[in-house]
Amino acid sequence: MKLRIQNGRLIDPSQDIDAITDLFIDNQKVVAIGEAPEGFENADVVDATGQWILPGLVDLAVALREPGQTQKGSIATEGRAAVSGGVTTLVCPPDTRPIVDTPAVAALIQDKADDAGMANVFPLGALTQGLEGAQLSNMVALTEAGCIALSNHRHPMASTKVLSRALEYAATHDLLVVFHPDESSLSEGGCAHEGLMSTMHGLAGIPEEAETIALMRDLLLVEKTGVRAHFARLSCAKSVEMIADAKASGLDVTADVAVHNLLLNDQVLSGFDGHYHVLPPLRSDEDRLTLIEGIKAGVISAICSDHQPHEKMAKTAPFAATEPGMANVEILLPLAMQLMDEGDLDFSTVLTCLTSGPAACFGLEAGSLSVGSFADFMLFDSTVRWTWSYEGRRTKGHNSPYFGEEFVGRVMSTYISGQRVYQVA
Amino acid sequence: MLDTLKNLEAMQSDMFIVRHSDSGAAHFIAEHCTPNVAIINAGDGRHAHPTQAMLDMLTIRRHKGRFDGLKIAIVGDILHSRVARSQLQALTTLGVSDVRLVGPKTLVPSFFAEMGATICHDLEAGLKDVDVVVMLRLQKERMKGALLPSESEFYRLYGLTEESLSWAKPDAIVMHPGPINRGVEISSDVADGKHSVILDQVTNGIAVRMAVLSMAMSGQLQSDESPATKDEE
Repeated sequence: MKLRIQNGRLIDPSQDIDAITDLFIDNQKVVAIGEAPEGFENADVVDATGQWILPGLVDLAVALREPGQTQKGSIATEGRAAVSGGVTTLVCPPDTRPIVDTPAVAALIQDKADDAGMANVFPLGALTQGLEGAQLSNMVALTEAGCIALSNHRHPMASTKVLSRALEYAATHDLLVVFHPDESSLSEGGCAHEGLMSTMHGLAGIPEEAETIALMRDLLLVEKTGVRAHFARLSCAKSVEMIADAKASGLDVTADVAVHNLLLNDQVLSGFDGHYHVLPPLRSDEDRLTLIEGIKAGVISAICSDHQPHEKMAKTAPFAATEPGMANVEILLPLAMQLMDEGDLDFSTVLTCLTSGPAACFGLEAGSLSVGSFADFMLFDSTVRWTWSYEGRRTKGHNSPYFGEEFVGRVMSTYISGQRVYQVA
Repeated sequence: MLDTLKNLEAMQSDMFIVRHSDSGAAHFIAEHCTPNVAIINAGDGRHAHPTQAMLDMLTIRRHKGRFDGLKIAIVGDILHSRVARSQLQALTTLGVSDVRLVGPKTLVPSFFAEMGATICHDLEAGLKDVDVVVMLRLQKERMKGALLPSESEFYRLYGLTEESLSWAKPDAIVMHPGPINRGVEISSDVADGKHSVILDQVTNGIAVRMAVLSMAMSGQLQSDESPATKDEE
């Protein structure tokens, strides 16, 4: 089926394009930009006048909660939420129940995602069996079953020796390892950034060293083993410096950050609102601003939603007793666009960090509308004002501090492989 | 917790007096219960213990007659103490500019300096010329958490004895929120001595808590306004 997306403003940082033009799609892929190729005389036409044509977003952290925690979310519900936010490719963490440490679970997630017909889903495989940090998982089999990379998520390793061996083994087979730098003996029991706010409110703190000590250890082991490495969800200013130094010394590592760590700081703790309980925690404003500088400098190349849907009761408790995480995948783009005012970022940088940047971190063929790419894209109205409501949400999750917030700019429709999978009602 | 709350509401309670191990628990309950129930925070985690701080302020005022110009030391496990946090807030609100928090770095985080206190790691410097000494209870679990080597070393460095009390002003008063650990943070001589107002604190607690209960309930009876909460602010 041939499709012509007509007269929209096509913005694709991967090709350095920002122009009002037409996009031509045939057999699931982009076949031309600008001039119509032969045979498009009778193609279906979508008029995109006044709208932006953007590559579908690539979100490196969307918990689907299936299998095992369907009271929080499912592949179908969270997939629908993702495409309503313009996310066409997502990576899901291995902490399902059962954990993604066998090819069967990896295959199950992908089969269900195919059935749902929503975003392209790439699971992370567990680095160790049961994420217990002791015995290596069948990394090669997991990769063959579709796992895009391996990670022990935020679960601690039994020892640095096990970590070192896991990395050596992964390096043997040229596998990508995703690190969530966290020294659990320092973060254990903590629920908020260790600082004035947590001290004043009597909340157990997580010091920045919980992240930086683990990050330094991980970087040394990456250097030694030569494993391909990605660092997920940085939260500290010092971490940005450490990744920058590692890159400067020739280490080929990448890093991402959750959008809420770029927008919020620990001042929000004053209301004891458990919706702000996230891991890693919202840190000081200096940390937040340095993370934004890290994006400007290219040290951090991806912004993710770190989408973690929860049932209502998971957040209905005093702050420390709530489960961590926010469910923001469907507002990822308008949230990230707040950084244009907040953090003085240009739209091209924001969009890169949501498309080709994360795709490059994981070697995904996504995040670009170059000729020959799969036609994963969205139509975006940059001027419309709308309010994201609890009742109107698509995620099964009940947990976001942004319900009721007005945003400027909205995803109007989303296409995957040239097929429309979402349109604003 | 929400289920417990709903059950207590169903019993037609007019007031909840809440003590809970989670910081922010009273705040949480105030947000989730019906507006006609008054919530009194009787201690939440490490966060706040407002009525204790109020009775301590009453005790200080009865003995010293004023707040401005006073020098006050709070000694011991500040990190885990909701009493210390509420006292610090009360004292700075009442205009006391010289509040010293005394203890090792493991028990006195540097962030307290940003809350209007002076941090001292040396007991003699901390007690020098103070008008009021507040000793805090030391929990035995602190040794397991590697925050302190032993009770005996803590007592040697930070315990209040006749000798260390001599560094304070001659008319200094000694306070403690109780229950006291004799020989751990305070010697029996001092706890039972002439400077001690520990039992006055207990007595003053009756008046303060009666007043709090009365004010909260009269608010309930006179109007349909939002619940009277006694929280940190």
